[in-house]
Amino acid sequence: MMTNPGNRITQGQFSFLPELTDAQITAQIKWALKHGWAVSVEYTDDPHPRNTYWEMFGMPMFDLKDPAGILLEINSCRKSFPNHYIRVMAFNSTRGGESPAMSFLVNRPKAEPGFTLVRQETEGRQMRYTVHSYATDKPESERY
Amino acid sequence: MSPNAHDAPVDLEAELEASEVQEVLEKLDRELIGLKPVKTRIREIAALLLVDRLREKVGLTSETPTLHMCFAGNPGTGKTTVAMRMGEILKRLGYVREGHLVTVTRDDLVGQYIGHTAPKTREIIKKAMGGVLFIDEAYYLYKPENERDYGQEAIEILLQAMENHRDDLVVILAGYKDRMDRFFQSNPGMRSRIAHHVEFPDYSSDELMAIAKLMLAGQNYRFSADAEKAFAEYIPLRMRLAQFANARSIRNALDRARLRQANRLFAGRRKAITKTDLMTIEAEDVLASRVFREGHPDGTPP
Repeated sequence: MMTNPGNRITQGQFSFLPELTDAQITAQIKWALKHGWAVSVEYTDDPHPRNTYWEMFGMPMFDLKDPAGILLEINSCRKSFPNHYIRVMAFNSTRGGESPAMSFLVNRPKAEPGFTLVRQETEGRQMRYTVHSYATDKPESERY
Repeated sequence: MSPNAHDAPVDLEAELEASEVQEVLEKLDRELIGLKPVKTRIREIAALLLVDRLREKVGLTSETPTLHMCFAGNPGTGKTTVAMRMGEILKRLGYVREGHLVTVTRDDLVGQYIGHTAPKTREIIKKAMGGVLFIDEAYYLYKPENERDYGQEAIEILLQAMENHRDDLVVILAGYKDRMDRFFQSNPGMRSRIAHHVEFPDYSSDELMAIAKLMLAGQNYRFSADAEKAFAEYIPLRMRLAQFANARSIRNALDRARLRQANRLFAGRRKAITKTDLMTIEAEDVLASRVFREGHPDGTPP
């Protein structure tokens, strides 16, 4: 895509910004903890924007007071999956809310091949469009 | 830095003021009776951290001191109370970020099957980060009679965290003196990683009396003059009995006195009751204790 050199995927918060440093991640997590949200770390190698099934890295961390513990998990996830997408989620468990309140990427593969536009011709010369990630042509865990 | 800069005065007083630590130390003095060695050590630690901060300001770097501690003392000597304060003090001094206290025992750290201990211990460590991890009766972690006990695994993970996350975590171990000594003998790695071994002495009967008054005042009660005399007699009697747990025994005795006071007011309810009546513990409320008659405390089997 012309507007997105390097094909960086843009999902969640801050994804149009340069990579967050650890200090910036810590500050964001501190914000989440201040609101009493449970923070968890997730990873995937399927970058499709509608892929909601990311793998959990360990359990969601409830009752934490300080971001250091979460940064520890992020770093051990980066070590296990250096070439995957890793995101940090903050879950708001208040009744009526019960949904993610924050979600941002903290790790991405070194090379992101990006997406292709797939055209499908249907009845009466109608066109259907969808996106398809080049990476997902390969089987899982060989994608990046 | 010019040579003269070495002689430029640094403002210790202002730094002390800014940290508000003086306030916490004074509160400690006011609310904790006795415990001389403990208070001295806390003052020393506070001074060290303050000086370190000053040194940092003038560009003298040094490694952050390790502040892992061991509190050894008999039951009821205020180990948990001091640990709670420790979090606050260290926060004011900027040594920890949050200053909360996570209290755990063996059950919270050690798992029940293979592979259960490590994640459990790590989760607790994560919870305690930025604050103080208080491990009560730490010697139960190590059971020499069972070599397959998972406690050893928890100790190893703790040691690792104490070493690698010195900036994030302060670990305080607590327990009875003799058992703590044995624990450290069999875990030399633990001993060497703990810089501060603080001993909690038993209270004298005068100190216990002062503690009793402080406890009552905290609950908006007070002794009548006679009751105070009776309680002063009660303390040495109770101290001689088995299962004496210092301040904790005093608290239990006061709770029972409150019970009797309520009963007394209830029994004589035809009389008008004033606010003073509601606040005052009379001599008869104290003297009714079985310690005086039978020589063992209420609530325990003879």
